[in-house]
Amino acid sequence: MFNHGILERNSLLLVVGILIVVAIGGIVEIAPLFYLESTIEKVQGMRPYTPLELTGRTIYVREGCYLCHSQMIRPLRDEVERYGHYSLAAESMYDHPFQWGSKRTGPDLARVGAKYSDEWHRAHLADPRSVVPESVMPPYVFLANADINVDTIADALKAGSMVGMPYSDDMIANAKADLIAQATPDADGIDAFKKRYAKAEARDFDGDPKRVTEMDALIAYLQMLGTLVDFKTYQADAPENRR
Amino acid sequence: MSRKEIDQATGTETTGHEWDGITELNTPLPRWWLWVLYACIVWAVGYWILYPAWPTLTGYTPGILGQSQRDDVAQAMLQLKSSREAQGRLLASATLQQIEADPNLLQFAREAGKSAFGDNCATCHGSGAQGFKGYPNLNDDIWLWGGTLDDIKHTIQVGVRSTHPDARQSQMPAFGRDALLEPKQIADLTEYVVSLSGGKADAAAVARAEPLFKEQCAACHGDDAKGKREFGSPNLTDREWLYGGTKADIQAQIVNGRGGVMPTWGSRLDPMTIDALAVYVHSLGGGE
Repeated sequence: MFNHGILERNSLLLVVGILIVVAIGGIVEIAPLFYLESTIEKVQGMRPYTPLELTGRTIYVREGCYLCHSQMIRPLRDEVERYGHYSLAAESMYDHPFQWGSKRTGPDLARVGAKYSDEWHRAHLADPRSVVPESVMPPYVFLANADINVDTIADALKAGSMVGMPYSDDMIANAKADLIAQATPDADGIDAFKKRYAKAEARDFDGDPKRVTEMDALIAYLQMLGTLVDFKTYQADAPENRR
Repeated sequence: MSRKEIDQATGTETTGHEWDGITELNTPLPRWWLWVLYACIVWAVGYWILYPAWPTLTGYTPGILGQSQRDDVAQAMLQLKSSREAQGRLLASATLQQIEADPNLLQFAREAGKSAFGDNCATCHGSGAQGFKGYPNLNDDIWLWGGTLDDIKHTIQVGVRSTHPDARQSQMPAFGRDALLEPKQIADLTEYVVSLSGGKADAAAVARAEPLFKEQCAACHGDDAKGKREFGSPNLTDREWLYGGTKADIQAQIVNGRGGVMPTWGSRLDPMTIDALAVYVHSLGGGE
């Protein structure tokens, strides 16, 4: 008969035992997600973030937006009615880390893209209560005055490609030009940019065409959220998409 | 080594450990607790059989009930739709005018419209549709793009200066920012616009600006400055102002030529919801 006294009297043996028990949980619950083909739905339209959107996403994480806003529409009737189609795993496959969040002080943002105008976002980020009187969100007016350091963006794309974001060499080489082009109306490289990033919106997001600010980046990111997957071609009731 | 013995006071066996004469009782777990534990284990096994549970090499065990959360929500959405179907079908087939004529349908449309308004429109137009600076009030009888049921519906569908190809489009030039006019001319024009709604203005400046207004502004705002709906240009002779009515506000608008953007909702909301919204907004007070 096994005597647990042996484990209790040998702390090193106990540590090994604990590791084995925890590893079983990990192997059963986490490891299959990496090899199962059905983990991530096959969808059309997903692309890696543009350099400007990626910068906006970094600002989103830096400012801790995820503490109050989720990006995860759960498959529940009330959520689908309010926010739109439930979130797919495919929609966060290029997120490192994902921004699902766990708390909604503000509304879910998974499909906020194209829901409001850029001007609304500018007014709302600068002074949330100017458009939503009952809001408790802090103001982020400083974003409009913070220029983006465009010289580090190529490295950011390179880092992303190391963890699986499908950035091509062409995208990395042109990252800086693409970042500026997306926030500058009638920029020279706009056609090349749109070729590299399908369905990317290029315009002056922050209302100041002469500068590329953090406000540009954050609004570009917000306006893209949830708009990439083509739901016309997505078969929700196909066997491989059932969960 | 330790020695298990029976404790005299409780009649329970000790664990056999002893520290400075203190020993520990090895009280067994309560029976009821143990049975609950065993029941939970049995329950879990039943759960594995009935519901999706274990990962396999190629997928997962689906369970004999074939339960799927995504199917469940699709089912729930269908149910929701069918619970609204009788009136929903009427709403979908009736013209907007017919909806307003039928009290039952009107009430249904207003309720559905109100809830959709709260989710989608209140963020900009305010929860009471009262509007904010730059976002029109929908309760009054001032309509930049028209206030009939069909006008409102069209605006909701395509948006204003949105990404929709048929969006309602117009653009006021940024006379100051893009240096189309001299600062002095803008100052004169400001006085002129102030005078249009009966405000106190410098008469000499108004006289100087009159030909300038005809040349630069009248094409969109009209010779009478009462606005034109095909351009969504506001009436400048009333006392309602989208971007504020002080002299500084008016000047800022001539300098920057701001124009609001309303997103297109045709691809986001279903046609029934858009009909309901049009009826709701139309019935707020100012519908034509």
